[in-house]
Order: sequence, then structure tokens, then C-alpha cells
Amino acid sequence: MTTPAKADSVSRYLYLFTVFFLVLSGFGQMPIFKRYYIADIPGLGWLAKFYITHYIHYLGAILLLGVCAYYITDYFMFNFKNKKLTFSGYFKTAVIAGLTVSGFLLIIKNFADYHLPGGLIIFLDLCHLILVMLLLGFGLYSLIAKKRWTVNRQDKIKNDSQNNG
Amino acid sequence: MSEMISRRAFLKGSAAAACTVAASGLTAAAAPAPSEPQLCTLLDLSKCTACEECVDACKEANADKYPQPEKPFPQMYPARVPVADWSEKQGIQDRLTPYNWLYIQTVDVEVDGEEIEVNIPRRCMHCVNPPCVKLCPWGAARQFKNGISRIDSDICLGGSKCKAVCPWHIPERQTGVGLYLDILPSLAGNGVMYKCDRCYNRIAQGELPACIEACPEDVQQIGPRNEMIEKAHILAKEIDGYIYGETENGGTNTIYVSPVPFDAINKASEYGKGRPPLKPAADSMASANNIITAMAIAPIAGVAFAAGKLFKQTQKDT
Ligand code: SF4
Ligand code: SF4
Ligand code: SF4
Repeated sequence: MTTPAKADSVSRYLYLFTVFFLVLSGFGQMPIFKRYYIADIPGLGWLAKFYITHYIHYLGAILLLGVCAYYITDYFMFNFKNKKLTFSGYFKTAVIAGLTVSGFLLIIKNFADYHLPGGLIIFLDLCHLILVMLLLGFGLYSLIAKKRWTVNRQDKIKNDSQNNG
Repeated sequence: MSEMISRRAFLKGSAAAACTVAASGLTAAAAPAPSEPQLCTLLDLSKCTACEECVDACKEANADKYPQPEKPFPQMYPARVPVADWSEKQGIQDRLTPYNWLYIQTVDVEVDGEEIEVNIPRRCMHCVNPPCVKLCPWGAARQFKNGISRIDSDICLGGSKCKAVCPWHIPERQTGVGLYLDILPSLAGNGVMYKCDRCYNRIAQGELPACIEACPEDVQQIGPRNEMIEKAHILAKEIDGYIYGETENGGTNTIYVSPVPFDAINKASEYGKGRPPLKPAADSMASANNIITAMAIAPIAGVAFAAGKLFKQTQKDT
């Protein structure tokens, strides 16, 4: 039986695993891994196979949607009274929301008979790329500066009153 | 010079233009395009004599779209990046190049002891759901609502992904031209990809594509896809022939009707770079598109998982 603590740890590792493969397969949409010898590294040849990276990116998107739905539900059902999103948490949530919306539209356009205006496709491609760079940059900063997604509301009130007093 | 200006103008204006288009496009994004029929060509291969009038007409009609590379080419890194230069070989007509978007593939096929010559005008198939367009990482390849796919030479960076994902590897690259020259020419991009654009500009003016107009044998006809498919089946019945392009890659807008089977054509043909086979081609976009349902189920699974956690916690607390 999965305990709540175990569920939290599983979802955290699943999130990190998903983001890792999404980023890798996402960059694989550009023809760079072959040019820069990365696909020559044993075990990484798939990075230069566009249909494989495309499929893995879709699988990653499916997992990410599941993990996000878990976190959102968990936060509102379980933690809303006790925990508060930090600035870092808000920022990363907004970036992931942007990635989801732009990704959704890019998926839609891949169906037959769905045409988006050319300028919009370029805009979405650029948005998706810039947002993932922001997520990576901010994720790294959060790791180094030990910025968490959430803080306990009590701790926050305590800290605020200490700072004000 | 004008090409340089248009590229720079693109760089400066793209952000503003994209924002405007984004606002207008978002609302339209979730709905399929209005049912404008895709334009399809039907080619009766029993009529083609390999006279190459169509090839000449294509070159004449599209000469102003051909690349005019700047030389010397910038040094590209790493050294493995291939230079593709067709500018000194513009006269080549026996394969696809950036300066030759249509060529005639001639095959001698033996059927029941009899040798039959089949001539096949080869160019972009204009797929119904073209992977070259849909998988372009940068939006340079576009498909119009009438089904025509086109690579925008002002935006293409020449990475050749479109060629890699095309079941027939149709687009061809010319180095030393295009937007990459204004960004990081040594480190990213490698020119522009070129292929048949179905004379989209002539069609927009109500004219026929040049190759169709020039053909003395009336090999090709063009019209709404369903009509062309209907005609293809009637023709195939009449000549006891075979159809290619109706279902390949999930359906294309180039339907060949041949008096001999396509697997026999395939076996007899000499293929190579710029000379694509007419092999069976599964729907390239299908496998990823087919898992879309899982995208609807995933959030439900996530919510259920969180609800399960809450349920267990409640049980533990009581
Ligand atoms: S034949 Fe190739 S280049 Fe032409 S539309 Fe299909 S995928 Fe694109
Ligand atoms: S449709 Fe136009 S661009 Fe395409 S092969 Fe014919 S003449 Fe050339
Ligand atoms: S002009 Fe007509 S007959 Fe001549 S090669 Fe082209 S398609 Fe064949």
C-alpha cells in the first residue's frame, strides 16, 4: 500500500524524470544532436531520430499532465490550509502553464486539417523554447538557493512578524 | 539585396507580427479549418512520354524562387556539417535539386514477359497531413488550407529535418542562402530547403500549375481531392491499373495511376539521393497523434491518485 509520504516522493521523482525526458526530447526536435556529435554517444542515437523524440515528447507531456493534476489536486485538497506557494512556486507554475498551453496548441496543429496561422506557429515555437529555458534556469537557481515550491503558512507568518518586529 | 532586406525586416518585425497573429489565432486554434477541399493532382502514367515539357515549364515558372547563394559560404562548425551547393549545377534534370523540383523517373518494368516503359513525374506529393510541415521545429514549412505545402525560403534555416521526416525525402538543401546567415551562420542552420510548392502563386491567381499547363499529353489533372480519387478509381478500372498516393503516408494530394503494379516499378527502379522510390509509406504522424486520448486520461489519473492519498490519510487519522 502506498503511504501519503511515499506518494509524495514518487510524484517528485516522476516529475523530475518527466521534465528530464521532456527537455531532452524537446531539444531533439531541433536538428542539433547529430550535428554536435551527441547522438554519436552510445545509447543516445535515438536523440537524432525525429519520430522517436517526437513520440517520447508526447509520452512526457502525458506524464507531466498527470503529475500536474496530482499536485494541483493534492495542494487544494490536502495542503491549501497549511501551505502557501512561494514566489519561486508561482513562477514555475506560470511557466509550466505556459508550456502546457503552447504545447497543447502545437499538438492540435499536428492533426490533419488543423491549420494555425504561420506567424502563430513561429510564436508558439519560440514561446515553448523560451519558457523551457526559463524553467531550466529557474529550476537550477531554486536548487542552488534552496528555494522551495511551498512554505508552511505558519512559518511564513512567523518569519513576517519577526522581520517586521 | 531585396532578399537581405526581407530577412532583416522579418527579424525586426517578427516579434510584433507574431504577437498580433497570436492574439487572432488563439481563438481559431482549437477548431479545424473550414472544410475547404484540399487540391489534388491525378497523374495517368500510361500517358507520360517523358518529353520533359513539364520539367522545363517548372524551371521557367519558378526560376525567381530559386536560391541565389552568397559566396564564399561561411565556415560551418563542426566540420561534419555538409555543404550543399547546387548553384553550379543548375542544369541537372535527372533528379530533385533546389533548382529542379520535378524530374521524370523512367522505369522499364517486365510484366508477364512483356517489357513496359513507365515514366513517372516525381516531385513533392503534397501530403494531406505533411510531416515536413508539422514537424518543422521553427514554423518555416507551412500548409495552406487548400492542402499545398510550402517551405518559406525567408524563414527556413536549412536544418533538413523536413527531408529527414518526409517518407520520400523530397526537399533539397542549398547552403549559403537564407535567414541563418543573419543569426549564427557558423553554428546553426545550413541554408534553405527547396521543393515543389504546387505553383501556389499561380493557383492563387486562378491559373494552373506550370507543369500541368505545359503537358502536351494531359497526364495531370487537378481538382478537389475526393473528385480526383473518384476519377483515379474509374481510370484504374478502365486500364486495369494500380493506384499510389491515396493512402500512402495517411493520404497524399498526388495520385498516380499506373498500368503496372507499383511494387514492380519499385523493384525495377534505380533509387538514390534526389531520386525517391514509390515504396509503401505508413502514416508518419499517426503513432504520436493516436496517443492523444491518453492526454485526456492522464489528468484524471493524477486527480485519482491525489484523492487516494487523501482517503488514506483520512483513514489513518480516524
Ligand atoms: S512529400 Fe514530403 S515534402 Fe512533400 S508534403 Fe509530403 S512530407 Fe512534405
Ligand atoms: S506544381 Fe509548379 S512547382 Fe510543382 S512541379 Fe509543377 S510546376 Fe513545379
Ligand atoms: S510534360 Fe507530360 S508527358 Fe511530358 S514528361 Fe511531363 S508529364 Fe510526361
